[in-house]
Amino acid sequence: MHAFVTQFWPSTIDGLTIGSIYGLIALGYTLVYGVLRLINFAHSEVFMVGTFASLFTLHGLGITHAETGFALVGVLILMGLAGMAGSGITAVVLERVAYRPLRKRGSSRLAALISAIGASFFLQEVFALRYGRDLLSFPPLMNKTVLFHIGSGQVRADKVLVVVAALVMALALDRFVNGSRLGRGVRATAQDPDTAVLMGVNIDRIVMITFLVGGMMAGVAAMLYGNYFELTQYNVGFLLGIKAFTAAVLGGIGNIRGALLGGLTLGLIENYGGSVFGAQWKDVIAFTVLVLVLMVRPTGLLGEKLTRARA
Amino acid sequence: MTESAALLELRTVTQQFGGVTALSEVDLGVPEGAIFALIGPNGAGKTTVFNLITGVYRPTAGSLWFGGAKISGKRPHEVARVGIARTFQNIRLFDNMSALENVMVGADARHDSSVVGAALGLRRHRREERDGRERGMQLLDLVGITRVAEDTAKGLSYGDQRRLEIARALATQPRLLLLDEPAAGMNPAEKEQLGVLIRKIRDIGVTVFLIEHDMGLVMQVSDRVAVLDFGQKIADDTPSAVRTDPRVIEAYLGAPADAT
Repeated sequence: MHAFVTQFWPSTIDGLTIGSIYGLIALGYTLVYGVLRLINFAHSEVFMVGTFASLFTLHGLGITHAETGFALVGVLILMGLAGMAGSGITAVVLERVAYRPLRKRGSSRLAALISAIGASFFLQEVFALRYGRDLLSFPPLMNKTVLFHIGSGQVRADKVLVVVAALVMALALDRFVNGSRLGRGVRATAQDPDTAVLMGVNIDRIVMITFLVGGMMAGVAAMLYGNYFELTQYNVGFLLGIKAFTAAVLGGIGNIRGALLGGLTLGLIENYGGSVFGAQWKDVIAFTVLVLVLMVRPTGLLGEKLTRARA
Repeated sequence: MTESAALLELRTVTQQFGGVTALSEVDLGVPEGAIFALIGPNGAGKTTVFNLITGVYRPTAGSLWFGGAKISGKRPHEVARVGIARTFQNIRLFDNMSALENVMVGADARHDSSVVGAALGLRRHRREERDGRERGMQLLDLVGITRVAEDTAKGLSYGDQRRLEIARALATQPRLLLLDEPAAGMNPAEKEQLGVLIRKIRDIGVTVFLIEHDMGLVMQVSDRVAVLDFGQKIADDTPSAVRTDPRVIEAYLGAPADAT
């Protein structure tokens, strides 16, 4: 336990940072599940496409060394927009070609799940064939300046950016879902699609928007991930996607605030656990959490809120 | 048999489920601006009529017409868009949303601001939101439940939930409102208020088509009453004429030949 105490602040900072990324990706799982009762397993590849879009933006801008000031802010914004566009469009296309045709035919949820896994492999392989299977590194964009210390923990600018950006995006999403016409349509559809249709809600449009918004959140996560780890790969989404799914379940799948809370909680548990058992145990700890949550509290920390339980 | 000024018409509609005939060559005409009631014993086929109108079923034979256009064969969301709204026998509200939000969902189909506008909180989107809230409050006021506007739907009393369903249906600005047993589970005072409300709805220009078991309410509010029995129409007239129709009395009191 000594390591836990000495590593407490560094673990907390790293846990919140990676947890914010989990949380942003988890939002996509939770939104789609809330509306369609579908686990979009290809969401991990939606994220992956976002990291590539962010990387290509840096290449396109000819970034080779760290920027500062307005240039840095401008590049980060462009990177974020590219990530959102890449991931958002991928998610929408995925819905069109992999899910909607099945939905229109009234296929079972199992068919959609298999389609999701197929789409996931398809996207991975396309990117592997096009860009290779090796790790691709990002040019260093941001100086990893230490802003201040908390205990033995260093609070670095790139980590602060991750946490702040994730919180801002999650707040914006919460506002969209709870305070706008389309958000109301999303919630109405999640609660009772048949009645929503009778009230004139255009379900196809709502589903498209759900995928788009979930994808955009993953795109922001992708930009933050790229800026923080400075690496990506055709299968970068795999482990991260499952972790984010764990975060969504932990927070209560279908619950937007739960997704972020679940992400942060998972990030912290993983890092605290890692400090005690060794960093190589992080993934074991994360998936033990998934199994425990499913066994002990399948509705997660906050329960399902976007939707209501359906038989 | 059909009225010349009928807003909604069923023309010799037959509906079969497997070997069971739920409706047999039924003609109905709901006059524009009227309160029209459809009554009949349990299993007479009343809810089948609503499911046909809203596009949940397609008729085995015959056709349905609304405002001069054929609606049989249209899908539920298309029917909703031509101006037909309904409430449900088993209340189906958006449980986790506030009463006002439930109504606003109904009104939202009339607005058209974009995702981007909503995300950025643009002025037009904000104005639409404000208009939607105002319109929602007006409708809650019409049905008399403004006091619970911010309460979640699942927390409302049974009578208030019924009223909220009506307000939500009206928010879609229908020409025809289908009410499926709105008085079910209401006490006499609530039924009395419901009768007043139904007449108010007609008076703002919405035609009302009512399915109801409660004979008192039906006789009190309806301009015209049709009676179904075992999938066949046995009467279609003014309330006072229907009340004294021997076939209707037989269907309700159960003559030996019809008793089951």
